[in-house]
Amino acid sequence: MKYEAVIGLEVHVQIKTRSKMFSRVATGYGAEPNTLTDPVVLALPGVLPVMNKAALDAVIKSGLMLGCEIAPVCKWDRKNYFYPDSPKNYQISQYDQPICLGGAVEIELPGPARNVMGEHKKIPLTRIHLEEDVGKLNHSATGSLIDYNRAGTPLMEIVSEPAMHTAEEAYAYLTSLRQTMIYGGISDCDMEKGQLRCDANISIRPVGETKLGTKVELKNLNSISFVRDGIAHEIKRQISVAESGGTIVQETRDYDGQTGASQSLRSKEMAHDYRYFPDPDLMPVKVDEAWKQSLRAGCPEQPFDKQRRFLEQYQIPYTITSVLVPERELGDFFEEAAKLSGRPQAAGNWIVNDLLRETGSAKISLAESKVKPAHIAALVKLVEAGTILNNAAKEVFIDMFATGEMPEVIVGRKGLKAGTNTAELEQWCREAIVANPKALADFKGGKDSAINGFKGPVMKAAKGKADPKLVDETLRRLLAQM
Amino acid sequence: MSSEVFFKPITELGSLLAAKKISSVELMQAVLARTKAIDSKVQAFNSFDEADALAQARASDERRAAGQAGGPLDGIPVGIKDVISVAGQPLTASSKMLANFVSPYDATATRKLKAAGAICWGRLNLDEFAMGSSTENSAFKTTCNPWDLTRVPGGSSGGSAAAVAAGEAVAALGSDTGGSIRQPAALCGVVGLKPTYGLVSRYGLIAFASSLDQIGPFGRTVEDAAILLGAIAGHDANDSTSFKAEIPDYRAGLAKRKGPWKLGIAKEYFAEGIDPEVNAAVQSAIAHYKKLGCEIREISLPHTKYAVAVYYIIATAECSSNLARFDGIRYGHRSKDATDALDIYFKSRAEGFGPEVKRRIILGTYVLSSGYYDAYYLRAQKVRTLIRRDFLNAYQEVDAILTPTSPTPAFKRGAKADPLAMYLCDIYTIGVNLAGLPGISLPCGFSKSGLPIGLQIIGQPFKEADLLAIARAYEQGHDWHTKHPTL
Repeated sequence: MKYEAVIGLEVHVQIKTRSKMFSRVATGYGAEPNTLTDPVVLALPGVLPVMNKAALDAVIKSGLMLGCEIAPVCKWDRKNYFYPDSPKNYQISQYDQPICLGGAVEIELPGPARNVMGEHKKIPLTRIHLEEDVGKLNHSATGSLIDYNRAGTPLMEIVSEPAMHTAEEAYAYLTSLRQTMIYGGISDCDMEKGQLRCDANISIRPVGETKLGTKVELKNLNSISFVRDGIAHEIKRQISVAESGGTIVQETRDYDGQTGASQSLRSKEMAHDYRYFPDPDLMPVKVDEAWKQSLRAGCPEQPFDKQRRFLEQYQIPYTITSVLVPERELGDFFEEAAKLSGRPQAAGNWIVNDLLRETGSAKISLAESKVKPAHIAALVKLVEAGTILNNAAKEVFIDMFATGEMPEVIVGRKGLKAGTNTAELEQWCREAIVANPKALADFKGGKDSAINGFKGPVMKAAKGKADPKLVDETLRRLLAQM
Repeated sequence: MSSEVFFKPITELGSLLAAKKISSVELMQAVLARTKAIDSKVQAFNSFDEADALAQARASDERRAAGQAGGPLDGIPVGIKDVISVAGQPLTASSKMLANFVSPYDATATRKLKAAGAICWGRLNLDEFAMGSSTENSAFKTTCNPWDLTRVPGGSSGGSAAAVAAGEAVAALGSDTGGSIRQPAALCGVVGLKPTYGLVSRYGLIAFASSLDQIGPFGRTVEDAAILLGAIAGHDANDSTSFKAEIPDYRAGLAKRKGPWKLGIAKEYFAEGIDPEVNAAVQSAIAHYKKLGCEIREISLPHTKYAVAVYYIIATAECSSNLARFDGIRYGHRSKDATDALDIYFKSRAEGFGPEVKRRIILGTYVLSSGYYDAYYLRAQKVRTLIRRDFLNAYQEVDAILTPTSPTPAFKRGAKADPLAMYLCDIYTIGVNLAGLPGISLPCGFSKSGLPIGLQIIGQPFKEADLLAIARAYEQGHDWHTKHPTL
């Protein structure tokens, strides 16, 4: 029997706000334990939550970017459960009226080759809601310690429909969702810092079956690759259970990305009753059209929309757009350079091939680079005008990356202007021929490739500024005379 | 200077302080001496910090000497129910769970009192976590009614009511979730006001039932209650449920608002179970209003009979969640026998909470449980809306409603061992909390055995100024508030 997998993802994204979801204390990662706390975060007796509007703005903006329907009212519920990382022993969350409903994440699957765009799909979303993060437990041999710095950080939960069927789709979904969140300035989505966390619900069913099978929840998938590997592993596991006549039990499993194995954490029988009820400490917040409109105005163009536009507007190849688009700043950088230079393709090539190579090896960000769109545009224009030749341009690029000087300044300083003095070139060619009688003899003897023996010394004398085509022509003219 | 300075109202003490006939330190010393002399009998205080109280009094005297004295509360010792946070002071909720907890921050009401120059004085006993009607549920001590030490002072703010009645505080703050200010005020013969939900910030009040809790004042007179209310009312950015309203000058309003008013009498509040002496006292209060020219109208609040049931669903549901934070992990009682996290929860909570608190947590957990939520919590919320609508309909016709505060005067300690009998102490006060309305209790007589009886006046939302004026109109024709217990 052939099986198909059905996958739904629950993604938690920490929202990048200055202060916490329900208190004024700062958010942050890596601070001394329990320094980002106050009476509200620690749930001291008598404190009350007050909603951070910036967090609600961010989740509504996320919903708008993903095409969700925004609820007219933001309503808060309490999710009750005891756990030491939860200071109140309830989490303020949204239960029956999430702030965003529906919407979809557009994904791109791998193409048949690196330079060919893959299939695009829209993975529908069930809901997005806002809640607060919990603290962190640190277990050691001597006991457990709790750090409440993370507690109360605004957190949004993005729930997909069970609409993915392969580990690759899940990988593409997370990649795309992450890009959208970063594009919108919602979150940095650094999985190592726990800013993006993913749980996967996975079931299998015989191909053709429409009913869902028993689902297994996979937790602790702490990198996008682990999500893919964990899901692939779980699908295989379920199929082998089914094929050996076993029953898949509803449970939560823990996937270890290092060992590539998973183990059961708890079964359904131990499921919580969270006793949700409306939080009486927080008034519902009305979300009107004007509010949504002002947030909509701040939504950036979505990555895949930008990709389609780049392909069409600039006629640049997929290999270049697929590098330019994922990072919003890089796309903006490119558009600026394309506009200034009037040569999008050349600008794109310089950025993708040279700039990214240099920033990569220097381990700096685009913003930290001294090369700005104006540099790229000026360089493109110099090459276009034939003022400098390609290999000189490469040298100019390296120099301007190091110094931040404009290319024309560097060309002047280094004397890299392409040679135009034919008398000088003729002189170098004569000298090269005279200096290499063997090559001369070979050439005269009919060995055409012997001409290359003269080119090196000529280029050396020209300090690279000579046009190779012109060198070849000059040499042949002189050789013919000899 | 009278030897019984501790029995004087804020208004009178204010004049004495302003005229420098008494200093705040002298006043505080008198209250301290009184407390030390009689609190072994009354047991109103869980604790007090003598040095801190005197330091606050000295600071007030210094302000006065420098010509920078604040309003009428500057230098006045105001007792604080031990469920309202004062920075650097214990905050126990009269529970073993918080027996050693010292709060690092001021409640908004406390902060405002301090800003008005009042002395935050002592920690007043209550039913554990404000759950009860007799103060017998305190984990530390049972406060006695100053009028008869064998009887209860009411609750949950029994310590606050008893302290004011006994002259151990000039005024006090309490909290009222189902009658916890008004009922002890009635039983102890003082004035107690529960403000409209949202008028006074709840920030720094240990939550029992968040949608019902309000902090409010106790005073010897209606005017004292008005002064205190004016100091603590107003919007607070730390409490999302606090209302953005202009706060009128309640004290000045007393003289300006003269009536006559249309007053409602709800037949549901004079049904069986009411003590004949209480009924007689309230009827004579009604007669007094008639004499003042007020129109008395019979009204109906038909959903009153559901109030106690609705209250014990909503209040317990909220408390089961609110009290979850008391887990022995970050602060509060932690069992010495606990071996792991789960064990810390079970043992610390088993040891730290008293029986009534446990009863309500269990009840609240039950009504919120999957499969029961709709039948209990959701249904209760719907009936709550109907109860509120009853009142709002009545206010189409009347300005305020007159009722007894408590069906009986103070009962004997230990008389109501059955929790249900205890719950019925609040039948006249609970509806007010469910509807979010303001209510005041003021003395309206004594039983033959010398126990105070309270009149409850229920006002319209955020119309405390009218409510206080109506109460004051009665008070001016009587001298109940000038009588003090002999201790």
